[in-house]
Amino acid sequence: MLMTNLESVPGRRIVRHMGLVQGSTVRAKNVGRDIMAGLKNLVGGELKGYTELLQEARQEAMDRLAQQAEAIGANAVLNVRFTTSSVAQGAAELLAYGTAVELD
Amino acid sequence: MYGLGTLLILLTMGYVFGRIAERRHYRSIIRREAAFQRIPVFATRHLPVDLEPDVRTTLVIGSTVISVDYFKRFMAALRMLVGGRMKSYESLIDRARREAVLRVQDQARRKGAKSVFNIKFETASISKGAKNTVGSVEVLAYGTAVIPQHCTTE
Repeated sequence: MLMTNLESVPGRRIVRHMGLVQGSTVRAKNVGRDIMAGLKNLVGGELKGYTELLQEARQEAMDRLAQQAEAIGANAVLNVRFTTSSVAQGAAELLAYGTAVELD
Repeated sequence: MYGLGTLLILLTMGYVFGRIAERRHYRSIIRREAAFQRIPVFATRHLPVDLEPDVRTTLVIGSTVISVDYFKRFMAALRMLVGGRMKSYESLIDRARREAVLRVQDQARRKGAKSVFNIKFETASISKGAKNTVGSVEVLAYGTAVIPQHCTTE
């Protein structure tokens, strides 16, 4: 599955537009990471545990996006966007969305 | 009295360690930014026409979660009372954003790309501290890496 946040793919022609596809996941942080983060909150700096957590979650959102696109027969997703919103204390939703297309 | 002592210790620790960490991070950012100058990042949505048919494109993502130290959070809480520019958060988000771009460039380099187009940023506050102050922010940067087709992945 080809993913890009441009509106076209160089050298390829868009044969068919197949509409919006999206993938999302809601993740909560875990206690172990939270304790480390609590310490880091005192001295500042990067919270590596959270960075990894969100990267994993975002990868999952992208996997779901790809799955959905594949299910409707697309071979590329253009104009991919990400958004993050915190739905509750300590939980975040990660959404990836884009336009599924068929390239020649 | 006891509480005040604890507060002072926390503030001093936050100030000293936070300052050291920030300085070290800025030094590292500046050094890596210089090293990554050969992979320029553009905010334009379209590829230049002359470079088009011979390339492959792929999505690259970089993100970081960064937290503000105790001292800065305390100063920011005071600043909330009077309003105005919050320098402590400015540097926090500036560091996070530059770090995210560096990670985009690093990923692009590992995929053998020569440039990154259509870079987008997104900032989300991950955990809210007491009284709705910002605890930590995530900055995400993503874009499309352009890889010359004759070039193989490093």
